[in-house]
Amino acid sequence: MEDQFTYAAYSNYLNEHKLMGSRDKSSGETFLPPRPVNPETHSFDMEWYEFIGKGKLQAFTVVFIAPTAMLQAGYDRKNPYCVGIVKTEEGPMISAFISGVDVNHPETIKIGMPVQVAFIDRGEGELKRSFLAFQPV
Amino acid sequence: MANRKLARGVALVGAGMSKFGAFKGKSSRDLFVEAYAEMLSSIDKPFDPKLIEALYVGNYSSDLFENQGHLAPIVASWTGLNPLPAVRVEDACASAGAALYQGILGIASGMYDIVMVGGVEKMTDLATEKVTDTLATAADAEFEIPAGFTFPGFYAAMATSYMAAYGATPETFMKVSIKNHYNGSMNEKAQFGAKITTLMEARKASTAKKGLPIPEWKDELEFLHDEKANPTIAWPLRLYDCSPISDGAAVVLLVSEELAKNFSDCPIYIAGIGQASDGALHDRKEINSIPSARLAGEKAYKMAGIGPKDIDFAEVHDCFTIAEVIATEDLGFYDRGKGWKAAEDGETNRESSQPINLSGGLKSKGHPVGASGVGQVVEVWKQLRGQAGERQINRKMKYGLTHNVGGTGQTCVVHIFERRD
Repeated sequence: MEDQFTYAAYSNYLNEHKLMGSRDKSSGETFLPPRPVNPETHSFDMEWYEFIGKGKLQAFTVVFIAPTAMLQAGYDRKNPYCVGIVKTEEGPMISAFISGVDVNHPETIKIGMPVQVAFIDRGEGELKRSFLAFQPV
Repeated sequence: MANRKLARGVALVGAGMSKFGAFKGKSSRDLFVEAYAEMLSSIDKPFDPKLIEALYVGNYSSDLFENQGHLAPIVASWTGLNPLPAVRVEDACASAGAALYQGILGIASGMYDIVMVGGVEKMTDLATEKVTDTLATAADAEFEIPAGFTFPGFYAAMATSYMAAYGATPETFMKVSIKNHYNGSMNEKAQFGAKITTLMEARKASTAKKGLPIPEWKDELEFLHDEKANPTIAWPLRLYDCSPISDGAAVVLLVSEELAKNFSDCPIYIAGIGQASDGALHDRKEINSIPSARLAGEKAYKMAGIGPKDIDFAEVHDCFTIAEVIATEDLGFYDRGKGWKAAEDGETNRESSQPINLSGGLKSKGHPVGASGVGQVVEVWKQLRGQAGERQINRKMKYGLTHNVGGTGQTCVVHIFERRD
């Protein structure tokens, strides 16, 4: 196994603003997050695959009581944020921050709406990291 | 699916729990001893604790909540049961259900005749945001949490998916909360133990005491729609859609079927068990159902040789109100997409033919996460034996079911209990 489908490798790609998953070399099925093993065929014969970054919003929430990491990123009851699950055009679903929506009117956020990948950079210098986000097309 | 049977029968001959709530100065072991004492007093015939051969303890995270790992031998020590084998089982909020599953297998395998299973969690020593962070470790720390999900957030996302698919509204979930608080008002062990109307009056009184204008709500729904009284936690879920942060413990005693009558005038038999696992919420084909719950339920029904219609009542994992609606569908009580209407129409209330969460559920009773799965069993034990006091259902009941979910359904454990007479 030359390719290690680790979170570390995935995060490094995210920092380059690339949404990378894995693809089964024989069936062509794609996986996001990148899986080392195809759960249907149990094959280990995988390669990296860059997702085109388009999808549809499948579920979401607007979080008013933020966890510590998001509090540190500046979110709280007065500044809530949207997080959701996106179904990519390739098929797999993924959890992501949802930007560019009206968090003060969650009822305006529609399930099924087309979204495209965006990357959010947080932190400075050595601590700078990119997070996966999607925004309405 | 293979039709599995236990290699020998297992029965419940004792069950007890501590009060659930916030108890300053009581640690896991103290709570566990309380539950243990009540369990012993629930056994109909004389019982010598020395007979207990093994202990399985469900506990999610004493490490992070109390700086205490390796909890099972400590609990064994405090109940005076060393040197028996003592094992801690961790499957997030399904820890106690999973511990029960292992305890049953311990007897069914022939390894033990008498096993004690408990669950315990001490959560209230930490500040709320630390509790939230600790609970979040039950999710995928690499692919879910960095997106900004919290546990209320996950279930809120399930709720938005469910609402979009089937037409439920946030008011549907409020009705679940009203029902469970009503049921819990009859449960002396419940953390809230009060109807929503009672909580409204209490809030009016405390507002008056502060000299502020007293709010007027015409009914519970108006109260629950009030953002000040019932703030949004993760849209569309509000405070009263969420189970509380709790301390508590619950303990049951299991024996092989042939020994049951030696200890109990009315043993409760294990009719079916099922457990399943799953990946993160985004890894599933659908978000408004919990596949592991469907599978665990199917396995348990198959082993018991019965179907959803045969269940007289169920204690389901209502960590959030939406979870109860989904549970009633996953367990086959209602078709997909029909559970919300049933909840709105009162089909799950205590007057119905198949009441859900007679104890008040996790919502009202409290949710000490690693204890909840066995806490559910205590209610089934009491209801099937006619010992549930004020909240006893007064008709002949044969089958009770418990449904215990870990995370958003990465684990689900279902048990079916039977009274035979």
